[in-house]
Amino acid sequence: MTDISAIDHRKKVAPLAPAGLISEAGVGDYLALMKPRVMSLVVFTAFVGLMIAPGHIHPVLGFTALLCIAIGAGAAGALNMWYDADIDAIMTRTASRPIPSRRVTPGEAAGFGLTLGGFSVAVLAVLVSWLAAALLAFTIFFYVVIYTVWLKRRTPQNIVIGGAAGAFPPMIGWAAVTGGVSLESFLLFLIIFLWTPPHFWALSLLRTDDYARARVPMLPVVAGPRETRRQILLYSLVLAPVALAPWLLGSAGAIYGVTAVVAGVLMVALAWRVNKAPEGEGAARAARGLFSYSILYLFTLFAVLLIERGLPGLLGRVAM
Amino acid sequence: MADKPDRVTLTPEQQRSRRARSIAIAVVLGVLVILFYVVTLVKGPGVLNRPM
Repeated sequence: MTDISAIDHRKKVAPLAPAGLISEAGVGDYLALMKPRVMSLVVFTAFVGLMIAPGHIHPVLGFTALLCIAIGAGAAGALNMWYDADIDAIMTRTASRPIPSRRVTPGEAAGFGLTLGGFSVAVLAVLVSWLAAALLAFTIFFYVVIYTVWLKRRTPQNIVIGGAAGAFPPMIGWAAVTGGVSLESFLLFLIIFLWTPPHFWALSLLRTDDYARARVPMLPVVAGPRETRRQILLYSLVLAPVALAPWLLGSAGAIYGVTAVVAGVLMVALAWRVNKAPEGEGAARAARGLFSYSILYLFTLFAVLLIERGLPGLLGRVAM
Repeated sequence: MADKPDRVTLTPEQQRSRRARSIAIAVVLGVLVILFYVVTLVKGPGVLNRPM
């Protein structure tokens, strides 16, 4: 545990030395700037939102919406890497990213992110839906400005509030079809929003030293592992019943309901194990287990929604 | 006689990565053109009608 008063979260850690004038960055480096693993989850949840929304969208327009959401998420990732290059260079997990490893200059990353962000929002607005485009623009703004620039270096609640950015994609997918937002799409938002803290804190328990070295006030650094494990359990206890809401409110069927109950019980059980685990290897194993399972948990919930709600509509349209 | 203009000589690695980036940009622009073309066909005369 680190004394938070000793950390000045307002200052960036250390400037990077200027890189070479002529870039040797390959295409893969630019793809890495877009955080493809994060992007895959964004695309999947947006796809589910798009598929289960009432109404119809032409497949080409649906594809365009998903492409824009993916590129917009990539833009946010690139701008995040641009701003966080100094702390990325310090942390083991992120030291090999394109900017700290000097393969891409900060200026190139910023230009890349701004260009992609602008294009993704403009194309979504022109070709699909103004509201979806506005939500995408807000998501990029929220992730880059609210989370990365404002919260990440200032408060241990950074990923709680910042988690909203990752929760918007299903709402964007929904808005692309319906031109609006609704309680159902808000529930999808809420599930991801409440899922983010236990997911991310399980990871940060394993990387506490990394975050402390980079002076990022993640909860385990500021409040200690014990409080973090307690918070993980509390959020899991809230998440599991909230994940039942689509079923309880009639927007999802029995298969989803049963899946949400079983998967939620397991999520709480693993969070309980994290909370009760002693220090040392046992605690690390429990945190790793919860982190891995949390990804499966979210994927399963959305996949079942997709199968139960999205596929019948798709098959019906194909049969017509 | 005029001096030769200053020129930067790229290393083979820099040339390779520049070529790869140029091809990637060309591919992206091509995809964008195709996308706009196909969407125009799909939407037909209502191409400017979009839900909020």
